[in-house]
Amino acid sequence: MSLINYSSKEINCKIVYYGPGLGGKTTNIKYIYSKVSPQNRGKLMSLDTELDRTLFFDFLPVNLGKVKGFQVHFHLYTVPGQVYYNASRKLILKGVDGLIFVADSQIERFDDNIESLENLGENLGEYGRIIETIPMAIQYNKRDLPNIVSIAELEEILNLRGLFSCEGVAIDGIGVFEPLKFVSKEVLRNLK
Amino acid sequence: MNAGNVESFEIQYQKIKRNLERLCIETKASAVLLIDKAGQLITSAGDTSMLDIPSFATLSAADFAATSNLADLIGEHDFRTLFHQGKEKSIYVSLIADQVILAIIFPKESTLGLVRIKVNKASTELETLFDNIFAALESEYAGTVDQEFIDEAESELDSLFE
Repeated sequence: MSLINYSSKEINCKIVYYGPGLGGKTTNIKYIYSKVSPQNRGKLMSLDTELDRTLFFDFLPVNLGKVKGFQVHFHLYTVPGQVYYNASRKLILKGVDGLIFVADSQIERFDDNIESLENLGENLGEYGRIIETIPMAIQYNKRDLPNIVSIAELEEILNLRGLFSCEGVAIDGIGVFEPLKFVSKEVLRNLK
Repeated sequence: MNAGNVESFEIQYQKIKRNLERLCIETKASAVLLIDKAGQLITSAGDTSMLDIPSFATLSAADFAATSNLADLIGEHDFRTLFHQGKEKSIYVSLIADQVILAIIFPKESTLGLVRIKVNKASTELETLFDNIFAALESEYAGTVDQEFIDEAESELDSLFE
């Protein structure tokens, strides 16, 4: 849950990028890091394996600046997507305020998206959280690749709730800021 | 926002701050930090100028969460404390009121025994203070974030994530 610290006048919100392994979650965060001005962001921290897979998480603090006297910070995290890293994936969800699901559009990864989305619901459930109550958006990533599932099909299976969704080519920054902006705003509205 | 709540919150917060400052001196620590389990700094005492605080807070929380799961794997409920020993500096981490992580960074001139004793002593008082704060927090939320706040924050977001 977002933490409002009255004495230091800070509001901290935690947004987690979730999705199947190698789907582009880290790429999203790296792009954000490259585009947000240095005075508005902290260090990008990555806990990787030697093979460049996220082992524990990536972390990027983004500072929105002062709003009505309060410093507003968004802490962006990615989880490791690989199925066998579920223990660390679950840990990152602790205290989550908003979610961005990065789906891999490639045909051969279709089932992995479904599995990851189900896993998200299960892991939240273990914290007593209900996925429907958390602000969330979906990015259909890798739309530049040739072998991809149509948006209509992806929407039908992954977006039953009609969440905000968009097409993405995270490596080129396409569709990166839209879901982040959407979820961040929802998180702020939830504070109210 | 309810003025009574704010006052009570401020008083509790100042008590926590004083408690940390005393702990910092008594343990000869360079810094003492209170972090929530989601990895966000609550407050600190001592010299934190050499620290990348958001990274430190995040890693401490992740460290604690990972170790709790390790505890679970061997049938323990929780490991209440963690200790990382370095050549020049060490870190002692302890759980307060089941929700807050207390991290103490201390130099080799101090000792683990001293830190442990002083933390145990401080923990009881901190736990009471935090219990009061958690009870007050819910009502604190109400007034700060109003429509004007949200409009302003959204406009900041639009320009930040262009």
